Amino acid sequence: MVMKLINVTSLTRNGVRDWLVQRITSLVLAAYILFLLGFLIFTPDIGFFAWQGLFTNIYMQVFTVLALLSLVWHAWIGMWTIATDYIKPYCIRLAFVVLMIIALFAYFVWGLIILWGA
Amino acid sequence: MNKQRPINIYLLSYKYPVTAIISIVHRFSGALVFLLIPFLLWLLSQSLSSPEQFIELQSALMGPITKFVLWITLSALLCHLVAGVRHLLMDLGWGETLPAAKKSSWAALIICAILILLTGIWLW
Repeated sequence: MVMKLINVTSLTRNGVRDWLVQRITSLVLAAYILFLLGFLIFTPDIGFFAWQGLFTNIYMQVFTVLALLSLVWHAWIGMWTIATDYIKPYCIRLAFVVLMIIALFAYFVWGLIILWGA
Repeated sequence: MNKQRPINIYLLSYKYPVTAIISIVHRFSGALVFLLIPFLLWLLSQSLSSPEQFIELQSALMGPITKFVLWITLSALLCHLVAGVRHLLMDLGWGETLPAAKKSSWAALIICAILILLTGIWLW
């Protein structure tokens, strides 16, 4: 039973699709990281209002949600692969993968809350 | 059957080619970023909550521990990014032969080391 369960914990249950999703999300994340780093490096004496202005911009908000979603999918596939390669006992692996997925959803929700303020 | 055959595999007895090292760096840095995402979200949350919190965070980031954690996080993120770019280039069919893969592994590791250093200089 646990053995059956472990197989359904991969993101798309299809290796090729997982592969493609990981690549597409990597492009979104790379663009997001480079953009943010560029903003931090090239904005002289960055203050609260410049920083807040960036994150209240609708395009940046869409970009951020896209990056958060990409993070969930990308890390899901990556961490699933790591678990599959290194954790042999099914029960421990299943527990690990489930906790990892819960953590990723928590990251996502936390990110949304930060973005729109609590 | 050889009774003297080794039974326990001693991992350090293996030779790790450079391609294996960049592969493990990619995995390890990815897992590290996964673990440190809460730290990045905390930074974002503090920095966006109010002008006072923003200034408080700026002074917190001057502290050695917070700064060190940020350095580790950014280093892991950048190394993962560099190894990932190498992966994508190979997916496109670039540098798939063993000599080319070895060269690009070295290149990725060196770029990774330089970025870790630059991030440290930028932060301190």
